Amino acid sequence: MLNYVGRRLLQLIPVLLGMTVIVFFIIRAIPGDPAQVILGQQATEAAVKALRESLGLDNPWYVQYFHYLGDLLRGDLGTSMRTKTAISEEIWPYLAATIELSFFAMLLAIIIGVNAGIISAWFQNSWFDYTATVLALIGVSMPIFWLGLMLQWGLAINLDWLPTSGREDARNPVTPITHLYLIDTLIQGRFDQFIVVLKHLIMPAFALATIPMAIIARMTRSSMLEVMRSDFIRTAKAKGQVTFIVVYKHALKNAIIPVLTVIGLQTGLLLGGAILTETIFSWPGVGRYIYDAIGFRDYPVIQAGILIIAFLFIIINLIVDILYSLVDKRIKYN
Amino acid sequence: MRKKSLMLAALVMVLSVILAACGGSSDKSSDSSKDSGGGTLIYGRGGDSVSLDPAAVTDGESFAVTQNVFETLIRFAEKDTTLEPGLAKEWKISDDGLTYTFTLQEGVKFHDGTDFNAEAVVKNFDRWLDGDADKFPYFQSMFGGFRGEDTAVIKEVKADGDNTVVITLNQPQAPFLKNLAMSPFGIASPTAVEKEGDKFGDNPVGTGPFEFVSWKRNDSVTIKKFADYWKKGLPKVDEVVFKSIPDNSARLNALKTGEIDLATGISPSDASSVEADSNLQLIERPSLNVGYLGMTVTRKPFDDKKVRQAVNYAIDKEALISAFYEGKADVATNPMPPAVSGFNEEISAYPYDPEKAKELLKEAGYDGSKALELWAMPVPRPYMPDGQKIAEAIQKNLEDVGIKTKIVSYEWATYLEKAAKGEADMFLLGWTGDNGDADNFLYTLLDEQSIGSNNYTYFKNSETHKLLLEAQKETDEDKRNELYKKAQEIFHDEAPWVPLAYSTPLLAGKSTIKNFYPHPTGSDIFDTIEIK
Repeated sequence: MLNYVGRRLLQLIPVLLGMTVIVFFIIRAIPGDPAQVILGQQATEAAVKALRESLGLDNPWYVQYFHYLGDLLRGDLGTSMRTKTAISEEIWPYLAATIELSFFAMLLAIIIGVNAGIISAWFQNSWFDYTATVLALIGVSMPIFWLGLMLQWGLAINLDWLPTSGREDARNPVTPITHLYLIDTLIQGRFDQFIVVLKHLIMPAFALATIPMAIIARMTRSSMLEVMRSDFIRTAKAKGQVTFIVVYKHALKNAIIPVLTVIGLQTGLLLGGAILTETIFSWPGVGRYIYDAIGFRDYPVIQAGILIIAFLFIIINLIVDILYSLVDKRIKYN
Repeated sequence: MRKKSLMLAALVMVLSVILAACGGSSDKSSDSSKDSGGGTLIYGRGGDSVSLDPAAVTDGESFAVTQNVFETLIRFAEKDTTLEPGLAKEWKISDDGLTYTFTLQEGVKFHDGTDFNAEAVVKNFDRWLDGDADKFPYFQSMFGGFRGEDTAVIKEVKADGDNTVVITLNQPQAPFLKNLAMSPFGIASPTAVEKEGDKFGDNPVGTGPFEFVSWKRNDSVTIKKFADYWKKGLPKVDEVVFKSIPDNSARLNALKTGEIDLATGISPSDASSVEADSNLQLIERPSLNVGYLGMTVTRKPFDDKKVRQAVNYAIDKEALISAFYEGKADVATNPMPPAVSGFNEEISAYPYDPEKAKELLKEAGYDGSKALELWAMPVPRPYMPDGQKIAEAIQKNLEDVGIKTKIVSYEWATYLEKAAKGEADMFLLGWTGDNGDADNFLYTLLDEQSIGSNNYTYFKNSETHKLLLEAQKETDEDKRNELYKKAQEIFHDEAPWVPLAYSTPLLAGKSTIKNFYPHPTGSDIFDTIEIK
């Protein structure tokens, strides 16, 4: 097992190296000069030229790339061209915000999605199954932008249950420690703030969860249907086992592997793909951080941001692979 | 076992949702604006600041904060861009326009307790003068360059005693005082600059009505009342929080629920819904901008003045304004708005006259065989609320007179770069003034020296070039205005642009907000604002 994990971690190196090459060249292929963007429309040509020099943008591409790679190997993610702050220093609060949101969204997606899938399979072709199918279809095809604004309109403006946007109440701000606000408020014993933070999380998390929830539900359903038809389930049923236990214990255990794969992939996608949700709900996450950086051609930030997300994506999927063997003892890694 | 914990998690979640829903009304009591003090003002805006060191940035969102933390030697009046004493209570200009002597306010302190005096001012100027375009981009743009450079406007800055500062220039610069009043030239505490070094932008210290408290990137900046502020009785509110809410609709939603008190960047199409809500008020910012359709004069057929004039006749500007600016704009007549001194009132916009346009096109021998590119701005700006729709309306107008166009758009940074290279046939763009000076519009946008930066049309004219350079050095206001008026006549006749609109940027606030006067430059000082 350890051997396997070690090997997988080693495989990370070429993958991440490949990422650096792709990202480095793609962002330089887009027109737009960082120096011009940073200096603004007022800038004189001389000023732009001077800044290009001081940012090292006038060097040939391979010199720039090897500089970047060299810094990276020394653990230096670079400095934001725009804010002139080390990326390693400024990225964590963004990342924490996204992790908190994605974690909560995935929790919603898994709990609701998996259960909906199971029940749909259990009562195949029932009204529940049909409703869940239609809802799942709506879930995957609904534009997040629209859903987000509708949620705000309904739950925040009309019903006044939840706040429209942000992570906290600006009049009663959270003092960040880990930047994971749910944890920070608990450490500080501020349960009032914990509730406020939780309320801020619900709408964006739900909006973000719709697509993975729908995909997970569909995947669980089809995987469960297959397992439910197999002999051992019939045997279990024939033995007079309670159906609930047959479904949730015997069947689910055998049906969960493809669902886990989907969960892993979707979690990875959420980390980088939360940009629309982050915009609508003013969530100061890493998606918006990278998006803004693209607008400003802040190359180091784009590179570092994408690299970190790619890294997390791979790690999450590694964890999922390890989970396989925990769920299904027949799977062994040697 | 695992299932149990899963069930537990689900239970906790359901409970918390219920709890949250029930708690809905209780947190309203924490609304501190009801306290005996001035309360907290939450200001919702579209983006975050880049840095809180005003000299280091060029973006409006940074200045929105620093304008309240720092003060300039000379400031703009509350509602317009006339000049008023700031940290300098009076000033004298030598006859040759090369020496400016400032007498400073006394008894002023920086937030960190450092005394404000002539030495502090000199240290600020020295810091800028010894910098470069990367560190202090606006200093480069407004004062030509840094210490020792040929193009530099400022020669040296010296203290004369404790309360007098003398600035010597290399050459006269007519808008010098207006430039000094701009947000980037707020005076910083020299002690803090030295202590913080590169981190000064994260911990700004000035003399302004508010002192810096905290900054959560992409989320909020908090500043609080400075107890020792030299203007007694100000500011009125205890705290201001600048909250970033990028989406315009989401920002308006947050205002409606009371999460924020004031919101900037209200779309003209939302104006009526704000006005219909008795808890809200619509606030208009005086216009200091112009939205236009530019024609690249180096590209055919726009190398011909007659074609450019024909386009001017072909576009129905009134209709654009009523449809897309919801009436919150005036038809533009010149490349700069009427609030700027030197504005030529005698010029009126080309009337909407498709027949005349066709005639001119015929005279010019335009055959209309090739579809021209019409570039639509990809981002909304007060001067261009919806680039795509405005481009479509213009496309229809042009088609009516026989000009075929194809609408093109790029991501914003790409758009600007390609346009600056002269790659567009026709493009939509606009400008918001930085200091309310005519030079900041006419020279910046239409002089030959601005080609490659902000003169996207590549318009070149020896007469206007002479007039604009002369005006830069002319310190007599009346004579200077005459020069600008003359230049505007030429711009009108040569018609490198179709000036479209002077728009009124909109804000919305709770009806409890009083004494708020949004500034035309877009940088507001919240010292007089009250929540009642």
